[in-house]
Amino acid sequence: MPNSESATNHIVSVKNLSFSRGSRKIFDDISLDIQRGKVTAIMGPSGTGKTTLLKLIGGQLYPDAGEIWVDDQNVHRLKTRDLYSLRKRMGMLFQSGALLTDMNVYDNVAFPLREHTHLPESMIRTLVLMKLHAVGLRGARHLMPNELSGGMARRVALARAIALDPMMIMYDEPFTGQDPISMGALVHLIKSLNTTLRLTSIIVSHDVQETAAIADYIYVLSDGKIVGHGTPTQLAQSDSAWVQQFMNGDADGPVHFHYPARDYLDDLLTSRHS
Amino acid sequence: MLEFLESLGKITRHSFAKLGRATFFLLHALTGMREILPRPNLLIKQLYSIGVLSFLIITISGLFVGMVLGLQGFNILSDFGAEESLGVMVAASLVRELGPVVSALLFAGRAGSALTAEIGLMKATEQLSGMEMMAVDPINRIISPRFLAGFLSMPLLAALFSAIGVMGGHLVGVGMLGVDDGAFWAQMQANIDFREDIVNGIIKSVVFGFVVSWIALFEGYDAIPTSEGVSRATTRTVVNSAFSVLGLDFILTALMFGDI
Repeated sequence: MPNSESATNHIVSVKNLSFSRGSRKIFDDISLDIQRGKVTAIMGPSGTGKTTLLKLIGGQLYPDAGEIWVDDQNVHRLKTRDLYSLRKRMGMLFQSGALLTDMNVYDNVAFPLREHTHLPESMIRTLVLMKLHAVGLRGARHLMPNELSGGMARRVALARAIALDPMMIMYDEPFTGQDPISMGALVHLIKSLNTTLRLTSIIVSHDVQETAAIADYIYVLSDGKIVGHGTPTQLAQSDSAWVQQFMNGDADGPVHFHYPARDYLDDLLTSRHS
Repeated sequence: MLEFLESLGKITRHSFAKLGRATFFLLHALTGMREILPRPNLLIKQLYSIGVLSFLIITISGLFVGMVLGLQGFNILSDFGAEESLGVMVAASLVRELGPVVSALLFAGRAGSALTAEIGLMKATEQLSGMEMMAVDPINRIISPRFLAGFLSMPLLAALFSAIGVMGGHLVGVGMLGVDDGAFWAQMQANIDFREDIVNGIIKSVVFGFVVSWIALFEGYDAIPTSEGVSRATTRTVVNSAFSVLGLDFILTALMFGDI
């Protein structure tokens, strides 16, 4: 029974998804599955629509064609109420952290609890401190978002994302612009939270080393297509020139260093006349 | 010529599309107001930042407008020996026109622009998107309380403006130019009608409060999420609010006082 198998193993199934912004095609008939309990990475160069994919999974954008199933529910067929109750079980970590700037760290983490539960304030306090402790920022609870460094803001956002004990977390470029120490802390956090809280993690990133270190499975996207997928070791041995260039960070290869232009010499000579 | 027609069509289509988005936004914000009832704190916070913090600009402007009215009114009325009517003149201009209109323009500049910038920046920093992903409707949670606060604050601010303006007129007319104190108040009392003048003025300010809040919040919500986009949206809020307030003022005045 393939259906019952997918119900237990795949928390997210993207089926024949197409999406475009204006005339630019972002995804062209892609399909992928995210396994329950694993850390799955979606990688690709900037501008390949990785963040867009997370927004599609979260139901914030509508696909032109295709379906996205999350926990056996067709995201884009759900009524608003059902979509919202599904979102309570999906955490998302935005690149900027997206903390509410008019509240301090404590209130930011308490926000989803106060919005969606009727727990007494004493219990909310316990939960918030537990979540903040998990990301190592229990002592920073009185700070305002503008007093946090980028890495701290992301960790607070992570504490907020796990506040409602979701079944999965989507990370949007968690490693971008982090110093080595915060980067190490985040890498460790994502992996350990996934194991201890029995989450499913989806990481969208272009930081190859860090992502490959913790991902169980990787999809590589380029130009709206999936150009490679497999475990980190499988991808490292991939014979696709494109995947090799991406994983090794080569400047030139199937993706050219130079933006398409006419002949260099020709260009230099004509510019003198015009 | 063809290009002109093409761009005209484009602009028209964009305007209608925007009007449609604004209407849906308004309906959503209005239905979201029922969520304020169980959590009055959301509203109180906005009443403070939108209403209470506008007090200073409204009182000072009201005082000066009233003083100028007293001065100019006295100059004209004294030519006809009708200085005693100064109180009526000042009060009628303030309650019918200047109170609602000037305070709405000040409100758009002080609170409207702040609302647009705040919402626009929340959009640019993904706070609205983040809220959506936390299964919290950003329109219900963020927009509706601000909308209601703007709508409630405006008539109160306009009333404050008129009251302080009358005092300013009194200060100049009675205090400095020697108009009779009793005549100033008595003429005002006899000639300003509650229904005709005061209620109409309140209706105007309610309409302006609704429109300015709607424009400010929608422009912020619809802003392109970049610094340039937010800055343009803020400008549009002030400009569009001013046009709408002045245009609507003419229509409302024609309906209330005119025999057109």
